Amino acid sequence: MGSKKQKINTLITVIFSVLSIAYLFPIALVVLNSFKKKAYISKRPFAIPKGKMFVGFDNYINGIEKTGLFSAFGWTVFITVFSVLAIILCTSMCAWYICRVKNAWTTTLYYMCLFSMIVPFQMVMFPLSKIANILGLTTPWGLIVVYLGFGAGLSVFMFTGFVKSIPLEIEEASMIDGCTPIHTFFDVVLPIMQPTCVTVAILQTMWIWNDYLLPYLILDMKKYKTISIAVQYLRGGYGSIDMGAMMGVLVLAIIPIVIFYLFCQKYIIEGVVAGAVKG
Amino acid sequence: MKLKKWMAVSLAAAMTAGTLAGCGGGQTAETEAAKTEAARAEETKAEETEAAKAEAAGDGSVYYLNFKPEQADQWKAVAETYTEETGVPVTVVTAASGTYEQTLKSEMAKSEAPTLFQVNGPVGLASWKDYCYDLKDTAVYKDLSSDDFALIGDDGAVKGIAYVIETYGIIYNKAILNDYMAMDGAVVKSVDEINSFDKLKAVADDMQAKKDELGIVGAFASTGFDASSDWRFKTHLANLPLYYEYKADGISSTEAVKGTYLDNFKNIFDLYITDSVCEPALLSGKTGSDAAAEFALGEAVFYQNGTWAYGDIKDNDVADEDLGMLPIYIGAEGEENQGLCTGSENFWCVNSKAPEEDIQATLDFLQWVVESDEGKTALAQEMGFVTPFTTFTEEYLPANPLVAAADEYVKSGKTSVSWNFTTMPSEEWKNQLGSAMLEYAQGTGDWDAVKKAFVDNWAAEYQAAKN
Amino acid sequence: MDKAIKRYFPVFVLPTLLAFTMGFIAPFIVGVYLSFCKFTTINDAKFVGLVNYTKIFTDATFVHALWYTALFTIVSVILINFFAFVAALMLTRKVKGTNLFRTVFFMPNLIGGIILGYVWNLLLNGILLQFGKTLTYSSTYGFWGLVILMCWQQIGYMMIIYIAGIQSIPGDLMEAAKIDGANNWDILKNVTLPMVMPSITVCTFLTLTNGFKLYDQNLALTNGEPSNMSEMLALNITNTFYGRTGWEGVGQAKAVVFFILVAIIALTQNIITRRKEIQQ
Repeated sequence: MGSKKQKINTLITVIFSVLSIAYLFPIALVVLNSFKKKAYISKRPFAIPKGKMFVGFDNYINGIEKTGLFSAFGWTVFITVFSVLAIILCTSMCAWYICRVKNAWTTTLYYMCLFSMIVPFQMVMFPLSKIANILGLTTPWGLIVVYLGFGAGLSVFMFTGFVKSIPLEIEEASMIDGCTPIHTFFDVVLPIMQPTCVTVAILQTMWIWNDYLLPYLILDMKKYKTISIAVQYLRGGYGSIDMGAMMGVLVLAIIPIVIFYLFCQKYIIEGVVAGAVKG
Repeated sequence: MKLKKWMAVSLAAAMTAGTLAGCGGGQTAETEAAKTEAARAEETKAEETEAAKAEAAGDGSVYYLNFKPEQADQWKAVAETYTEETGVPVTVVTAASGTYEQTLKSEMAKSEAPTLFQVNGPVGLASWKDYCYDLKDTAVYKDLSSDDFALIGDDGAVKGIAYVIETYGIIYNKAILNDYMAMDGAVVKSVDEINSFDKLKAVADDMQAKKDELGIVGAFASTGFDASSDWRFKTHLANLPLYYEYKADGISSTEAVKGTYLDNFKNIFDLYITDSVCEPALLSGKTGSDAAAEFALGEAVFYQNGTWAYGDIKDNDVADEDLGMLPIYIGAEGEENQGLCTGSENFWCVNSKAPEEDIQATLDFLQWVVESDEGKTALAQEMGFVTPFTTFTEEYLPANPLVAAADEYVKSGKTSVSWNFTTMPSEEWKNQLGSAMLEYAQGTGDWDAVKKAFVDNWAAEYQAAKN
Repeated sequence: MDKAIKRYFPVFVLPTLLAFTMGFIAPFIVGVYLSFCKFTTINDAKFVGLVNYTKIFTDATFVHALWYTALFTIVSVILINFFAFVAALMLTRKVKGTNLFRTVFFMPNLIGGIILGYVWNLLLNGILLQFGKTLTYSSTYGFWGLVILMCWQQIGYMMIIYIAGIQSIPGDLMEAAKIDGANNWDILKNVTLPMVMPSITVCTFLTLTNGFKLYDQNLALTNGEPSNMSEMLALNITNTFYGRTGWEGVGQAKAVVFFILVAIIALTQNIITRRKEIQQ
């Protein structure tokens, strides 16, 4: 019995090892082609770049120059980090208030948040970009506000779900000690909410980091790009798509996020699971 | 700035309130319209405030939304030079291929809209005529060699000015063609003999048959239908049946095209597909760079494109002196005298809704571009443009062998084919034609669909534009 | 205590409320209003009633996109959930290398849709080249290309949710079933499946809405080629909106229809699976 199970498990390990390699293959292929001369990429995608085909790091240099990738990277980091911070801070406070102050207004707000979760972006894209433009939110700073607004639904929903499970006594004790609600929130409630903060942060980071259409429509294209916009921009070019530069940029866009993932995967996976259970 | 934001907030609030009221109370359309009217008035006020502010600040700035990605870097450099010299900020943004209209639309809606933009001709002008500043009294119009290169509105105002004249045809590799003509049994012995569709077809067919001896993969470079390449066919090639139809009917534009020359169109398109370096099933994914690479590496002899393609093919296996250009023959009567296709689809327009001082700054910038040495050098030498301006004297001609080839045709007295594709009804029309052509080419559709897309859709799109 | 907190409304709620109003409520309302208007920018909107809505269904590309999206969603929901569940079952058997496999399978989720689209564009076009075809040859290729891409991306995500679901089943429940002489199949059917029903709810919800709202991958992989035949709803709407002059109102009306569809699907799915959970 035991040995039979052992055999099956070994078989599973073998199958999954093969699958894992297959899973990584598309990315490996892009890395391979990023060293190939552009004329050969679409003609011979599976060939090893050597001899005439090998171009060293030309594609990378070219790609970085064409797209301004470093600044795009910087802005993407900036937008993601500060949007996520803003979302966590503001929506956790809002969620706590909604739970503790029960009246028609807070209930309405709660349901509005719930409602916003199922509205597709196309529904609001044009008015949103117009309003953002009128209010001068077409900068990365402004985009943070937009993300706070558009991402509020999910976060408020998740935070309220958690706040409901916090026993009132703890807060009451703190309040009786004479603390203002602000103190109570930051000293008592927020520390308890930490796991939810991590979950929200992870889900929002995955969304904002990779988002394309919203920043594309809202950001002032003269000055700012995000990574996704930079990649899509390469698809342009009247008469020429530089496949070489494209490969280089793809690799550069993938590497940092994979490294980040390898370091934080425990939290990321736990966060996703926690998010799913609550959602 | 602050004031403006408040106006904007109240605008948003007013619109929201208007809508809410509309939903709740079931008001009539008139009230809705009135509400928007009010909102619009507020918006205008906000704009005026902004304009007043900027005027107080003194100087304007230029924002150029450029259409041609090939010259994106050069324009950036020009802008920098100008800013260094004058201190006037110039921003250049280049839209990605096939997205100019889209980008222009979203940028024009913004508060910092482009001050200088482009339209592609009369059809493009129709959607933007209300945004075009009358250029009649400007230096750049005075430098223009002829009114042929200006877009004149119904009211006589100069709405747009062409800044580059381009030519396209079938670019060919002289070295390979000479090798072929030296062979026994060659259909022609001199390139001058290729002066009709039948001759072109005979040569291409024969070269395709002898491709191994010639060391080529096919006669024509791939007829790619990726968005970076499909305009060569759905727009540029489709110009020829249009040109002959207009010529036969003695008109310069129409709202109902007849498609008299569509059979000829089919002939040349068939030739491109059959005598090609690639299988028809691969065409949908072939890009502009693929075709350029095939020609530049000597895999193909013929390559339909224009003077602007020189940048993509130079410094490869084809020497500059081996570059030639043939007219696109489609088998129409009198085509022995047909020349290359010459015209412009790049017209500068100045945004009339921009603040006064920005308009002035833009006009100054344009004047500098066509009159100063730096500007002229950049346009002619770095971007390789042939321009319609009188200020561009002999020494400001681009060193582009394709331009030289185009000049020869004009000098030899052939009739240039005009760019009638600027009268095509819409982008949508071109897209549908392109799709139908692709499906026909790869064998998943038939030629009737192409005819339908060409003829029926033409009327439909003109009709749609009116509503 | 209520009262003490209540006074702090400006601190706790106002920032979120303002951003939410501006980022969602106002655009949503204006969006609904604009779907009844003809406009090129918001400033010149003219109320035209239901004209935009009648135009929607005369637009063949929209109807096609609707079916295409529906079909895609059904196929991808089934495939993703099936494979994710099977993988989860296998990886909860204390197999060697489980953590590594989990890491690998989840990874694509961190990479953006645009980037993934181009990665797969290269691979799939490379494979199809061997058969003398390309991804944009016909919408069938684009369809399966997208399905493969989405499976590759989402199986890992759904898998870890299923793993968590399976791991939360109390061990003694399994033991009891085994003592009762149940075979593996019975256990799967009568113990595991009912117990992971909440995970199934979540995963079907996520895959459904992801499938329906898919945009980035569609844009990067085929961009709707050929002839808009591989265009899904989100892309169709965006293209109508920004690509065709004079069709902005129609685009907005399409977006409203799209929103209603997504809402109906999300609600129905929720009701059905939640009911199942309760029954269990």
